[in-house]
Amino acid sequence: MKLNPLLPATLLALLPVTAVAQEITPATVPTDVVFILNSVLFLVGGFLVFWMAAGFAMLEAGLVRSKNVTMQLTKNVTLFSLAAIFYYLIGYQLMYPGDNWSITGYLGAFGPAVLEAVGLTQDKADAYDYASTGSDFFFQLMFCAATASIVSGALAERIKLWPFLIFTIILTAIIYPVQASWKWGGGFLEAMGFFDFAGSTIVHSVGGWAALTGALILGPRLGKYKGGRVNPVPGSNLALATLGTFILWLGWFGFNGGSQLAMGTIGDVADISRIFANTNSAAAGGAVATLILTQLLFKKPDLTMILNGALAGLVSITAEPLTPSLGQATLIGAIGGVIVVFAVPLLDRLKIDDVVGAIPVHLFAGIWGTLIVPFTNPEASFGTQIAAILIVGAFVTITSAIVWMVLKTTLGIRVDEEAEINGLDIAELGMEAYPEFSKT
Amino acid sequence: MKLIIAAIKPFKLEEVREALTDIGVRGMMVSEIKGFGAQSGHTEIYRGAEYSVNFVPKVRLELVVSDEMADQVVDKIRDTAQTGKIGDGKIFTLDVSNAMRVRTGETGDDAL
Repeated sequence: MKLNPLLPATLLALLPVTAVAQEITPATVPTDVVFILNSVLFLVGGFLVFWMAAGFAMLEAGLVRSKNVTMQLTKNVTLFSLAAIFYYLIGYQLMYPGDNWSITGYLGAFGPAVLEAVGLTQDKADAYDYASTGSDFFFQLMFCAATASIVSGALAERIKLWPFLIFTIILTAIIYPVQASWKWGGGFLEAMGFFDFAGSTIVHSVGGWAALTGALILGPRLGKYKGGRVNPVPGSNLALATLGTFILWLGWFGFNGGSQLAMGTIGDVADISRIFANTNSAAAGGAVATLILTQLLFKKPDLTMILNGALAGLVSITAEPLTPSLGQATLIGAIGGVIVVFAVPLLDRLKIDDVVGAIPVHLFAGIWGTLIVPFTNPEASFGTQIAAILIVGAFVTITSAIVWMVLKTTLGIRVDEEAEINGLDIAELGMEAYPEFSKT
Repeated sequence: MKLIIAAIKPFKLEEVREALTDIGVRGMMVSEIKGFGAQSGHTEIYRGAEYSVNFVPKVRLELVVSDEMADQVVDKIRDTAQTGKIGDGKIFTLDVSNAMRVRTGETGDDAL
């Protein structure tokens, strides 16, 4: 991610062209080639992060029961589309206000995103030494949508469609962009020296905090904790859940690699290569750690946890995918996997019902990944990392709680008992995902 | 005529079918069932939470044979389906008053 696309080019040149990509390139002379390559990086990265929406949809479709699959898919496609519209109308300018902060460092600008004119020339570019505004908007939008996708899985199988979508609008139009502007828009967290390369905190923990707040206010699924014990609710299709995980894993190369934000020098290209390799190692570390740990603890490996472990590895490396060695990246990801194996039963003991493990994966591993940045990047400090985690956590929890409570007292956020038992597909949509399957 | 009902482990079905056709059994009914006996279920772990599986999947065979074949069939099912481990199943033998082949109207042993 970057500081800000709308800063005048001269100003940008003065900044250590770090953006989030920390040190790297000495300020290069702007050329068409650099502009083109940077824009291509955003477009290809954006395609990959877009595809993560498919990953979330398949993961969630596989981990809910078959009677709720159509609803889960409906939420995934509509939340993505609403994110696209509201990030355009409100979110992008709030996140990247340039010089037009409403409150400098804290609250960005209000207004829709505007692209560069058709047939752009050098002198008309918003940031000739950076990339096209269209590529930047496209790339950033995908991160915003990913944040919203995280919430849907945790609250599956009992939340009403429309209140959920209204929450998605507030999250993508306001909550996500405001806190993201504090770092990536050049706000006060950036000034504090907070490091979050591609968003362990800014994307994943934010989705995780919103999901946790929602899960607490919404309550667990009927019967999940009946009789004072944990009653597992196995998912309907682990093949889809596995496909979804692989799609997310693929998309993550765009998520982290694209966040280098520059591809115009051999240094940048080599760094992007490091990021791809480290991202992959962290996912592998997370998967293997959960494989071994579930075998030892539960006597049999648990595929659903291994899938969560791979994703937790990915979330863990997202705050700093560039500076670790391959070994360090594997270790950082592996600890993310370990966190999942202990966090899933912990949430159950607290009676917080998270259907797909979104809170352990995105919130807990996101915090871990953000905390560990100073381990490989000497420019980061533990104090600042902790402060930023707490500030973002408090902001998202408080704003989400207000929105969830308002929705709960007005529209109501939970389906009634009969609808929940019969499944949201029939109750809310009148359409089943697998109409030809017999019910036993 | 005797009706033999056997609940066996599903993976033994094909072996039992072959053994029975080898000794001249010419038909059987098969259904997938769940149940419990001495084995009385078991526990599994999903995402760290233990849960009990109270009904274990079994296959139910139903076959009607002539009186003189009945003991041989029961022994054959036992020999083939036995693993020696808990959960091998049960075999019941009942008297049958009559049988009819729908196509021809034959009755008794002729219908089998």
